[in-house]
Amino acid sequence: MAIISDGNADQVRTFFAEHVQEPVTVELFTQKRSLLTIPGQQECEYCEETESLLNEVVALSPNLSLAVHDLRADPHAGEADGITAEMVPSFVLHGQDRGKIRFLGIPAGYEFSTLIQDIASVSTGTTSLTPATRDALAQLPGDVHIRVFVTPT
Amino acid sequence: MAVESVRVTADVIEANEFPGLSDRYQVSGVPKIVINDKVELLGAQPEKRFLAAVIEATQERVDQ
Repeated sequence: MAIISDGNADQVRTFFAEHVQEPVTVELFTQKRSLLTIPGQQECEYCEETESLLNEVVALSPNLSLAVHDLRADPHAGEADGITAEMVPSFVLHGQDRGKIRFLGIPAGYEFSTLIQDIASVSTGTTSLTPATRDALAQLPGDVHIRVFVTPT
Repeated sequence: MAVESVRVTADVIEANEFPGLSDRYQVSGVPKIVINDKVELLGAQPEKRFLAAVIEATQERVDQ
């Protein structure tokens, strides 16, 4: 069964058709379910659901694609994006963005609309920030790591 | 901001799924914003305030 309702899928498809003209790759770092149950070893609670959700999202635009990396099989697959083996599920948006946008955890609830907006921004390489803010960001003297903690509700 | 600047990495972290990170950054309410492990903001922020916090965090790092 689809995670995204038909109504939401139609809305997002229309939004993407207008705002996602350039390609965006969603790079997912996940952990495939182990064939063995090992006491003390935790399965990733939201990995499968996140992969299903992202598959549904990228299907809504011909300019989107999903690349899936299993960190259980290849723990170093996320190194270029600073993703370590315990950071599952997580994904990075690659397009015309200059910096890096990463999501840790399933983008459910309110975060789903954040994801849809971010995909559009990464596709166009532009944001709704004011010119003054953009100028200031272009002149930052050092690296900045912003962590935004959220919950799905 | 991460779309605009090569200097910026922005993480959206689902606090419930990453209790270790939430503990480390003492997340008691959301949205909580932590910049360069130094400057913290609680709640949604107007653009100017957010930018000021980003610049403050960068300057502190440079001053070290």
